[in-house]
Amino acid sequence: MTSLTARTAVTPARSLGSRLRHHGRRLAVLLGLPAVLAALWWIVSERAGNFFFPPLSEILAEFGPTWFDGRLGHDLLPSLGRLAAGYALALLLGVALGVLIGTRPALRAFAEPVLEFFRAIPPPVMVPILMLFLGIGTTMKVVVIVSGAVWPVLLNTVEGVRGIDGLLHDTARVYRLRPLTRLRTVVLRGASPGIVTGARQALSIAIVLMVISEMFAANNGLGFSIVQFQRGFALPEMWTGIILLGLVGLLLSLIFRAVERAVLAWYRGQRQAQRGGSR
Amino acid sequence: MTTTTSTDELLSVRGLRKVYGSGPGATEAVRDLTFATRAGEMVCIVGPSGAGKTTLLRCIAGLLPPTSGEVTLDRHPVSGPPEGMAVVFQDYARSLFPWLTVAQNVDLPLREKGVARAERRRLVAESLDAVGLADVPNSYPWQLSGGMQQRVAIARAVAYEPRILLMDEPFAAVDAQTRADLEDLVRDLWHRLGITLLFVTHDIDEAIYLGQRVLVLSARPTVVLEDVTVDLPETRDQLTTRNDPRFHALRTHVHGLVQQAKRGEAARRAAA
Ligand SMILES: Nc1ncnc2c1ncn2[C@@H]1O[C@H](COP(=O)(O)OP(=O)(O)OP(=O)(O)O)[C@@H](O)[C@H]1O
Ligand SMILES: [Mg+2]
Repeated sequence: MTSLTARTAVTPARSLGSRLRHHGRRLAVLLGLPAVLAALWWIVSERAGNFFFPPLSEILAEFGPTWFDGRLGHDLLPSLGRLAAGYALALLLGVALGVLIGTRPALRAFAEPVLEFFRAIPPPVMVPILMLFLGIGTTMKVVVIVSGAVWPVLLNTVEGVRGIDGLLHDTARVYRLRPLTRLRTVVLRGASPGIVTGARQALSIAIVLMVISEMFAANNGLGFSIVQFQRGFALPEMWTGIILLGLVGLLLSLIFRAVERAVLAWYRGQRQAQRGGSR
Repeated sequence: MTTTTSTDELLSVRGLRKVYGSGPGATEAVRDLTFATRAGEMVCIVGPSGAGKTTLLRCIAGLLPPTSGEVTLDRHPVSGPPEGMAVVFQDYARSLFPWLTVAQNVDLPLREKGVARAERRRLVAESLDAVGLADVPNSYPWQLSGGMQQRVAIARAVAYEPRILLMDEPFAAVDAQTRADLEDLVRDLWHRLGITLLFVTHDIDEAIYLGQRVLVLSARPTVVLEDVTVDLPETRDQLTTRNDPRFHALRTHVHGLVQQAKRGEAARRAAA
């Protein structure tokens, strides 16, 4: 039993003080580089005197008036809504098709080259084509996001399903797990490392496509705002849009990380145990 | 129907042959196996490594279609895992779900069987306790040592209360003392629930201590070398049974058979 206690004691209990210090240090490491870069931007832009590269102080001063007087609701929310819809659909579609293809070797061999081809197409080129078919409305933008984000989810799900140990399937058969239980408890959980990898790639693709689809044709949205400001030579405002976009991306990736930590805790633990090589 | 079938025959293996692959790379794992077990019997299977013991169990479990021959259970051909059967795989570690805790691993088959919640909780707790793992229900399998993982797989099979239990070298990774305890646990379970047990092991002493019969397999291509009846008293005890002169005689006999099987293989290799 000693081996167990040794291996579970990964996080020894710490006093509150040392825990605060620990978190303080992590925060400093996390924010150190961004702070330096922001300072650099501040100083360089202050002296540049370039119309297209306004001082950071001016950009920050514009931030509140630009966004907090209705634009968050008018532009940010529709963008996020389309992103959420497109991303969710891509996940759903990618996982569903991925499981379907991954659990059928014959279908997999047949479909994989085609899927790789679709994945290789740079997603933005789909925008003009989809505009022809779907017009410039919300549907087009959501479909654009799905058309780009679905491939990494799909391919990584197939890979994840394939990676499930055959003996787990045998175990499921012996204990006569029902199809739905097998899907939920064996296939989806077993493929979750692959699904998460695909979902991570898909998230950044989805954000890019959200912006691009709005730049082509829209009457609201983050991408639309940035293009509008640029065309109106409202340069500080344009920069605030870019900063906001960066913040949105950052926030989403932080949320993603938190979800990933929870979903894949077992996977990290297992890999650590294997690397420990104690067996 | 060439074999005489007794009325209470449960499992029957007839002319089982299994060839892996095809063409020049094919491996004939099992050539011709025929035997039957009565309901409630405990049969141990010994044989050299690579003799096809795992292959045999997988065919019986309905996980592997035989190349020819047939496996029947209650006179129905086995084409998939039958109801009321549990298997403890030789690769125990790979048979546990790493995303489920120890208790969840044991609980999952019970849940699927439709056992009520309170009953499930009792079965999980009792079976983990029986294999000496009462203190780690919330650990994950990968947090445990190899021997502990093997015991989780055993607990899962035990809690399931199967009608037929197939065990493939289930005690290979545990220490000698735990092994003796687990042997008695399996005997006790078999007695209490009247299950039919097929038990593969490398350990001749273990086979004789546990079994009513010991099937000795030859080296590949595999046939049944001898079906040894273990005529020891029903109640067995680690000390007295293992010191029984009859136990020693049986052990010498089976040992000789296994040596013969290995020599047979060596001779075939030399001839090739
Ligand atoms: N999936 C497979 N594909 C090809 N050959 C296989 C496969 N599984 C087993 N074999 C071969 O079949 C033979 C019997 O294997 P099996 O695992 O049944 O033996 P075993 O008696 O269980 O051995 P051990 O005592 O070492 O566990 C071996 O020669 C093995 O290489
Ligand atoms: Mg084996």
